[in-house]
Amino acid sequence: MEILDLGSIDRHFIRAVEEESGQDVSHCYQCGNCTAGCPLSFAYDIPVHQIMRLIQLGQKEKVLRSHAIWLCATCETCTTRCPCEVDVARVMDTLRIMARREGTVSEEGVRRFYDTFLDSVKRHGRLYEVGLLMRYNLLSGRPFADADLGPKVLGKGKLHFLPENIKGVEAIKGIFDRFAKKRGA
Amino acid sequence: MSSRKVAEALGIELVEVEDWSCCGSTPAHTVDHLLYGALAARNLAIAEKMGLATVVTPCPSCLVAFKSALEMVQDDGKRKELNELLDLPFQGEIQSKSLLQIIYEEVGVEAVAQRAKRPLEGMRLAPYYGCILTRPPKRAQFDDPENPITMDRILEALGAEVPEFPFKTECCGAAFGLPKRELVLTLSAKILEMAQEIGADALVVACPLCQQNLDLRQGQITSREGVSVDLPVLYITQLVGLALGFSPREVGLDKHAVSPNRLLKKWEEKLKE
Ligand code: SF4
Ligand code: SF4
Repeated sequence: MEILDLGSIDRHFIRAVEEESGQDVSHCYQCGNCTAGCPLSFAYDIPVHQIMRLIQLGQKEKVLRSHAIWLCATCETCTTRCPCEVDVARVMDTLRIMARREGTVSEEGVRRFYDTFLDSVKRHGRLYEVGLLMRYNLLSGRPFADADLGPKVLGKGKLHFLPENIKGVEAIKGIFDRFAKKRGA
Repeated sequence: MSSRKVAEALGIELVEVEDWSCCGSTPAHTVDHLLYGALAARNLAIAEKMGLATVVTPCPSCLVAFKSALEMVQDDGKRKELNELLDLPFQGEIQSKSLLQIIYEEVGVEAVAQRAKRPLEGMRLAPYYGCILTRPPKRAQFDDPENPITMDRILEALGAEVPEFPFKTECCGAAFGLPKRELVLTLSAKILEMAQEIGADALVVACPLCQQNLDLRQGQITSREGVSVDLPVLYITQLVGLALGFSPREVGLDKHAVSPNRLLKKWEEKLKE
């Protein structure tokens, strides 16, 4: 059992998680249902019910640096099964957003993948899959990862080979631009 | 592809949302909920302007994005924020449903079965719904979160044999596709293995991302997970399409990595009996 220094309880963090997720984390009574059903538990450094406990204890650093929050697949099992109706998946999502903001992302690869995906949407309005594969792999320094899938998907006419821009690509850029302005970036 | 043909054959009129854009899916909601809402809302706003009542999508991930945007717009403050990002006004006076839901609720199992020209006899199919189509129930408002049955009923009515499949709503991990391949392989292997264990000829899915993931990665799973998987993965409308009389090619079965030929042969033989 770890001993907790009372001074380490960050009340501001507890409030911020509650506000941004719209969930009352104090409702969690640590039944463990979420962890029992979580398909990614085997890969987590901190099981999801403990993430909930650490939030209740205001342990911002531990939570926002955890790998678990980036390995969560948003499968909604925890939310569906929580007897206290805590939207746990929403809390995990909120933690990812906070970790981005605080610069404490522990899984760079996952973050980069998401960013590359969104960047494709921003530039083309839709996802340009082959571009996504290539850009992600180049950015992550693994140009040949998943290359064994390449011929299969290309040959079968599944992934688009050339980026297909939509007419409203300006409108999409507009959304991203106004969003950036709103968030002060 | 198969969705459009099957919808038409079932009398569902589909019009394409003009110049639709990508909903942003999982990546967007890890960045910001407002941006996520706005990317989905753009499509809904265009559909509203076109005078459409329901936006239908074959993809559960888009569906979640649409439903989240529709939840957001109910809140006055959030509606204002959303509209600040959009160039078309978004009212939230539209609904969003999956194609499966439309087929099940609006066409109806019996009506689908009545149109079957070539019943799916001889096929033993494992129905896999994926993690987010029916969950959380409050948002999904469709089928059962733990033991969904809509695809079971449709496939049964079309003449297929549908055994109990315990992993109906397990997550296949597809959203991680590239950066966390080991995790995807582990999760996907579990689902495919179970389907093989219960003697299924194919896995039937309701999500194009699951379809692609579970179909394409079987080679990787076999070489890296130490289990041998070789199971065709079909999207639900492909099977409905076959029953309605479309050829395997017409429903895109020639585009699969794992060939469904064994399944089709078994079926043809049964039909000849
Ligand atoms: S299921 Fe709900 S109450 Fe139980 S540990 Fe998880 S979050 Fe807490
Ligand atoms: S949403 Fe995330 S934390 Fe919840 S069960 Fe799924 S993977 Fe686990």
